[in-house]
Amino acid sequence: MPTSPSEPYDLAVIGAGPAGLAGAVTAGELGLSVALLDAAGTTGGQYFRHPAPGLGAARPQALHHDWAAFAALRRRLGASGVTHLAHHHVWTVQRQDDGPWTAHALTGAEGDTPVRVRARAILLAAGAYERQLPFPGWTLPGVVGAGGAQAMLKSGLVLPGQRVVVAGSGPLLLAVASSLATAGAHVPAVIEASGYLGYAHRPLTLVANPHKLLEAAVHGTALLRHRIPLRTRSAVTEVHGTDRVEAVTVSRLDRDWRPLPGTGRRIACDALAVGHGLLPRTELATGLGCATRRAPDGTHALALGDLQETSVPGLWAAGETGGIGGWQLACAEGELAGIAVAARLRGLPALTGSRRVRDLARRRDRMRAFADTMAAAHAPGPGWTGWLTDATDVCRCEEVTVGGIREAVTGLGARDTRTVKLLTRAGMGWCQGRMCGTAVACLAAAGTEQGTVPPSAERRPLAVPVPLGALADQPAENDRTS
Amino acid sequence: MARTPADLVEAEPDPPFEITFDGRTVTALPGQSVAAALWGAGILAWRTTRHGGRPRGAFCGIGQCYDCLATVNGEPNRRACLVPARPGDAITTQEGHGHADLAV
Repeated sequence: MPTSPSEPYDLAVIGAGPAGLAGAVTAGELGLSVALLDAAGTTGGQYFRHPAPGLGAARPQALHHDWAAFAALRRRLGASGVTHLAHHHVWTVQRQDDGPWTAHALTGAEGDTPVRVRARAILLAAGAYERQLPFPGWTLPGVVGAGGAQAMLKSGLVLPGQRVVVAGSGPLLLAVASSLATAGAHVPAVIEASGYLGYAHRPLTLVANPHKLLEAAVHGTALLRHRIPLRTRSAVTEVHGTDRVEAVTVSRLDRDWRPLPGTGRRIACDALAVGHGLLPRTELATGLGCATRRAPDGTHALALGDLQETSVPGLWAAGETGGIGGWQLACAEGELAGIAVAARLRGLPALTGSRRVRDLARRRDRMRAFADTMAAAHAPGPGWTGWLTDATDVCRCEEVTVGGIREAVTGLGARDTRTVKLLTRAGMGWCQGRMCGTAVACLAAAGTEQGTVPPSAERRPLAVPVPLGALADQPAENDRTS
Repeated sequence: MARTPADLVEAEPDPPFEITFDGRTVTALPGQSVAAALWGAGILAWRTTRHGGRPRGAFCGIGQCYDCLATVNGEPNRRACLVPARPGDAITTQEGHGHADLAV
């Protein structure tokens, strides 16, 4: 253990979800001093989100299929000596020459107290957020992210409505519908834009990942039990209501996600939970120049080495930041990274030659292959823009419509998200394009010859809004050291 | 079958407390975010947009979209899905950027 109070931690882990927890406890158990930072008040990340102690949930596992795995990680965390820094919003990570890394965060009751955490290595496990595609009416109150509805239910024990349609694309929809129905909501339908036949193209990958088939069966059974119909090759193409959701129109789609005219069917509901897969949170790493790779679903993830290191030495990553793949993959990668960091800092390369490391790497590669199959099966088809109208809001923050963006593309020659942003302000608001980025990239690509320019990797110099006072005032007394 | 999320997880919360939303009393449970307390009272919107004056509330639910910004105890631009509700909190609908008092 460090002997001086000003000494940096060996490792700072950013994100206390499955990947970060696994990495932190592994490194802690191997004798490293570890700080585990997370914006939330409790560990678990989004997947293992659970009620705060004050809510007195006797059976939090009722909202989780894999609670035992999280409970085990949490027990190990308690015994490991890892410092858990809750309510720490990391906004940037820096390194001066070859010295230690500094993670800059905001904390405190008002969320504006700056702190710095210094460490010799960083493990980035920042997770993911939901990919959204706009449609007419998607800004009405009552339209919520599918993952958002799940998060509010898991942590706050609340529902957005009584009759909740679940729509979009990806396996998360089945889990969300199953949770909402189990918690008392009526789910009139799950609307999936893809066909689920995409998985059939890679039967060997499916056979090698039986846990994923089991998961699907569990959610499928829940849907059957609650009599929830699953409509594939369909999408919500309009939301009805003036100040909140009263109904949605669901249309059939062709193979390219183009809505088929005349197929619209109205479903009464008071809420809509919607999402189109997940996007890796990579901005802390791309800001440092880390290389990215393009996943089969068009998202950008960090490019990682065999032992989870990014292209920037001393910076490791695990879980969804390296590509969407689920919690088991995140745990395997977190453990691998924890071992790799310990091997590097302690000068013990033999640590990475163990049988455990070979097993973890094999499991990781197998699960990554499945994740790629899944990503390809649910990748948005190019025809989705067919359900937009010129009046549809694309950028929720700056209230920029499809018409405004199309004018910038066809009238003013914008060919990429950056130019569209400069001309229209789309992506310039509070969320910095997190919600509209995918849509703006697709609309901008419509002006190019090939029509399919992929969105560029996420680049944001600050990962969360920072008060100017916090930028100006970096007092040394707020340093968190081991 | 569970009728409410609280039934499902067999919740026995600490004593509830009161907050207000635009002057109306709302009951919150310890450990809930401001957004969760408002959803629990059937309130889905607590902000109006800067240009169209349109109602908005929680969307992403995990602090990424900033649609759930609310004025909490006079302080605008707080993410209601992240801020824990505390007894006596006064939540008010945030109009636009929430700094109308700074206009000249």
